[in-house]
Amino acid sequence: MVQAKPRSTVEAAVTPVNRRPKRQLPWPLNLYQTAVGKKWVMAITGVIGMGFIALHMFGNLKMYLGAAELDHYAVGLREIAYPILPKENALWLMRGVLSVALVLHVHSAFSLWAMNRRARPMGYQSKRDYIAANWASRTMKWTGPIILLFLAFHLADLTWGFANPDFEHGAVYNNVVASFERVPVSILYIVANLALGVHLYHGAWSLFQSLGVNNPSINWLRRGFAALFTAVIVGGNISFPIAVLTGIVG
Amino acid sequence: MDLTLKVWRQDGPQARGRFETYPVQGISADMSFLEMLDIVNERLITEGVEPIQFEHDCREGICGSCGVMINGKAHGGHERTATCQLHMRTFKDGDTIVVEPWRAGAFPVIRDLVVNRSALDRIIEVGGFISVNTGSAPEANMLPIPKEVSDAAMDAAECIGCGACVAACPNGAAQLFTSAKLQHLNLLPQGQAERWQRTVAMVEKMEEYFGGCTNHGECQVACPKGISIDFISYMNRDFIKGKSLNRRLGGQGLAK
Repeated sequence: MVQAKPRSTVEAAVTPVNRRPKRQLPWPLNLYQTAVGKKWVMAITGVIGMGFIALHMFGNLKMYLGAAELDHYAVGLREIAYPILPKENALWLMRGVLSVALVLHVHSAFSLWAMNRRARPMGYQSKRDYIAANWASRTMKWTGPIILLFLAFHLADLTWGFANPDFEHGAVYNNVVASFERVPVSILYIVANLALGVHLYHGAWSLFQSLGVNNPSINWLRRGFAALFTAVIVGGNISFPIAVLTGIVG
Repeated sequence: MDLTLKVWRQDGPQARGRFETYPVQGISADMSFLEMLDIVNERLITEGVEPIQFEHDCREGICGSCGVMINGKAHGGHERTATCQLHMRTFKDGDTIVVEPWRAGAFPVIRDLVVNRSALDRIIEVGGFISVNTGSAPEANMLPIPKEVSDAAMDAAECIGCGACVAACPNGAAQLFTSAKLQHLNLLPQGQAERWQRTVAMVEKMEEYFGGCTNHGECQVACPKGISIDFISYMNRDFIKGKSLNRRLGGQGLAK
């Protein structure tokens, strides 16, 4: 006869892993106090970022029309909505929106990551075998910081210019060529854009779910949209350093 | 079939667990996974070893009691299959099978493969019901419901609360469970009166115990009932609406 070991007297008590906010903030701030709301904010700020990145890539294609066209385009960016607004006002407004979106995107990602870690303090002790989770969805927390670091370098390289010894304010075409003629910089651009592509491939699909955009009529398009958007953006962006290195532009 | 079983053994909630290896001989391919565990336990009992504790009840995939990680996949990772419906013919002779309990902060291990899933009940308690006044039941056919809607509500209502979605989720999130429990009521006319209150209450209760959704889609392939992550999307939409709409005007169809 088996003598059963005495049962533990300590109950396997279930305790919350996240504390509820003490005070409900007024709408819409109360949305950001919840994880579902944070994902909603992440999706909206992601859409803002996608809009920026699409216009940024599209605008830079002017590089293929020559130095005068690209430099003129750069001047034009400073004159958006001019003469209704003073010069550069619209540009700074857009920069403000993008900065706020970036901060919210990163903060919501970080706080959700922390919440997810609390939700499983002891992980699986045997090897997990994922079925549906793809490489893109599981590397969001790595591709995100890579893009953020790249963004800092990118601004220092081509906006502020201190990471580019040949930088000259306003000479956009020459700055780009001078930057990409440094092979390590071109490689960095290509690698960062591949990371961006992996991030976009999951994000551009995921945002539909987070925003609650789910309709059998359009669901079949969501993956395709993400793949196409990623291919266009990454393809366009990577073509710039390659064009400079191969002498097509320069 | 001869197999090697690596099972998580843990004497109690506070005890340190470890994997124990048991060679298993003479398993029929027609046995279910739980019957295989029964055979192992029979042998362990005759050897004077404490049998492996696991939860089970109906053994036909409708009660939601059973459920373990088998080779790193919830319920063994077959489509629409609970652990009790998993047949040994899906393994090969000589395989090593690793069995581990669900892991989540809200699912503490009670013993061996048994975890406390009452956090799921906490979510149901705050809104997973409709309030019906007593009296004679209304004629069922008086409420017209489109076929697609009733089908979708029934798909959500299939949830058996086994916790595989939480176990499979890389974030330990319970979105699939909560959204299924929400949407099988939110989609139907009877669920409208408490729709927004229910959604907000259940989502906020869920977030006290579980992680957040990052849309991996791992839960829907682990779900023994094949519940779709479409319901998570509907839940997200209902939650934002529940927080934002003027609920006083709900009766005028403005809060659809």
